[in-house]
Amino acid sequence: MAIKVLHHGLSTTVQDLGRPGYFHLGIPIGGAMDRLAMRAANMLVGNDEGAAGLEAVFMGPKLEFVRDALVAVTGADMPAKVDGAVQPGWTAFPVKAGQTLSFDFLKSGARIYIAVSGGINVPEALGSRSTYPIGALGGFKGRAIAIGDELPLGAAPSGVAGTTVPQALRRAPGNPAELRVLPGLYWDRLTDEAKESFFADAWKVAPEADRMGYRFRGGRKLSFVDRTQPFGAGSDPSNIVDSCYPYGSIQVPGGTEPIILHRDAVSGGGYFMLGTVISADMDLIGQLQPHTPAHFIKVTMEEALLARAERTKLLAVIRQSLS
Amino acid sequence: MQSRYTFGGDEHLFVECSDEMSLDAFFKSLSMAKGVRDSAIRGVTEICPANASFQIKFDPDIIRPDDILKEVKAIEGAAEKAEPILKTRIVEIPVFYNDPWTHETLMRFRERHQDPGGTDLDYAARINDFPSVNDFVTAHSGSPWFVSMVGFVAGLPFMYQMVERQRQIEVPKYLRPRTDTPRLTVGHGGCFGCIYSVRGAGGYQMFGITPMPIFDPTQTTSYLRDFMVFFRPGDIVKFKPIDREGYDQAVEDVDKGVFTPPIREVTFDLRAFQKDIAGTNASLEGMLNGH
Repeated sequence: MAIKVLHHGLSTTVQDLGRPGYFHLGIPIGGAMDRLAMRAANMLVGNDEGAAGLEAVFMGPKLEFVRDALVAVTGADMPAKVDGAVQPGWTAFPVKAGQTLSFDFLKSGARIYIAVSGGINVPEALGSRSTYPIGALGGFKGRAIAIGDELPLGAAPSGVAGTTVPQALRRAPGNPAELRVLPGLYWDRLTDEAKESFFADAWKVAPEADRMGYRFRGGRKLSFVDRTQPFGAGSDPSNIVDSCYPYGSIQVPGGTEPIILHRDAVSGGGYFMLGTVISADMDLIGQLQPHTPAHFIKVTMEEALLARAERTKLLAVIRQSLS
Repeated sequence: MQSRYTFGGDEHLFVECSDEMSLDAFFKSLSMAKGVRDSAIRGVTEICPANASFQIKFDPDIIRPDDILKEVKAIEGAAEKAEPILKTRIVEIPVFYNDPWTHETLMRFRERHQDPGGTDLDYAARINDFPSVNDFVTAHSGSPWFVSMVGFVAGLPFMYQMVERQRQIEVPKYLRPRTDTPRLTVGHGGCFGCIYSVRGAGGYQMFGITPMPIFDPTQTTSYLRDFMVFFRPGDIVKFKPIDREGYDQAVEDVDKGVFTPPIREVTFDLRAFQKDIAGTNASLEGMLNGH
């Protein structure tokens, strides 16, 4: 036992880099929504990049440390405080046994990543410590942390207080957010008009936005090419014979509100998808608050791969700057 | 049946074997998914078979999208020539139809239903032209089902009944999804049956409940100790109607760790099935009953 949960915030879960390999059984990859922020937080405290930390959305937890530790908070701008003293973001700072880590209000972004030297040492489930609450799997007893929980820590590696990720390397979405999308999957179910309006319109993040998916509102309703629905597909023109859903895929039930599936995605279902947010931009979605304006940007596969390479390079530069 | 290939972003290749549901499409997707697995293409991280399609997750840092597309397309020909024979298992799943728990839930969400005046069973029986709910239950439990996909949430099986297309049960989903569904509800939406592996939201019509857990993250259920998910795509399921007494007994047996679902290894031949559906299903049921 090394951290006592005095308050859990809104929803705070143990996450690492996820649980690949079980999507064919409906168990999603999970893990930090903003992978880059999670990795950076771990690097700052000297952990393996895949160590488990805490992901807190909109509101920070209040944690009492029973052991000395090095801590780093990345992702959203939500100042951390040690016994009330404000600490810099994206920077390693020490917390002594008996001290309390708490948080100020959220200023921008949506999710913070709290890495503690040694990592949150809950048991692995199917190879990961990530929390999958729907399946009561992984994390702390398969659920978000709660008041009174005692979180175990692993053996602390040697990290250096004051280590920081330079401002220029901290990635965050713009306002409006721009999410790059590769059209595909059931894209051709849409009329030419809908294909154009989806990318032309201004959208906003809806209140229904969580680890499973982000819903958007505000754009024009999408229209479908007329067809006789195939057997088994269901009667609505937005229905298909239930298929797998890629991570990042964008479904639009009834043609009205696009939903981007994220790390805790349902693995399949009966709604058509018009395309997929590219891998390089998945992290950004995790930092969007409800009501944030957003635009979808149409890209080609070549552009998607270039963006992916840029994100990989950014990660390498962060790694290098901290070594 | 020509497959359609499309990318889901830079990490997924999506292959639609057919845009409509059929056992042929299901067999082709299963066979191609197996072919991809057997060929051990570098960079492939997950293969997810679905009803009439499948999806491959790959690492584009290891294999370029164009290259994986070429490799998977090459597998399609072989999959089409493969004998549609499946070594699998048949499992008997007890179902308490018209049980009090799904009944309470469906009454709670009545205003979201097409037919607020009746139950989901009444509605499904009527729109599928069955004279009574009993006749509907007889059809639902009378012929076996293929598990054509496992997913949505952890361990949830989608099932397609092994009958002629004109005998397929078809129902729309709720007008608006429910926010609650009892765990282990036996449901139906479109042409697919399902068993809700966990409690939660859902839009399928609710017909009954099984006492038999199918997902157990604690792995304490006796038959889920080796792995927490019970179903695999390609499993064959036969429902067995049970009453309240049978349900309570089964729940007690599960709790005591002595419940053992009847399971038999079987070989399924799609061509033989298509020549004689009733005969094939009768022989499957016979194997389940130890004949």
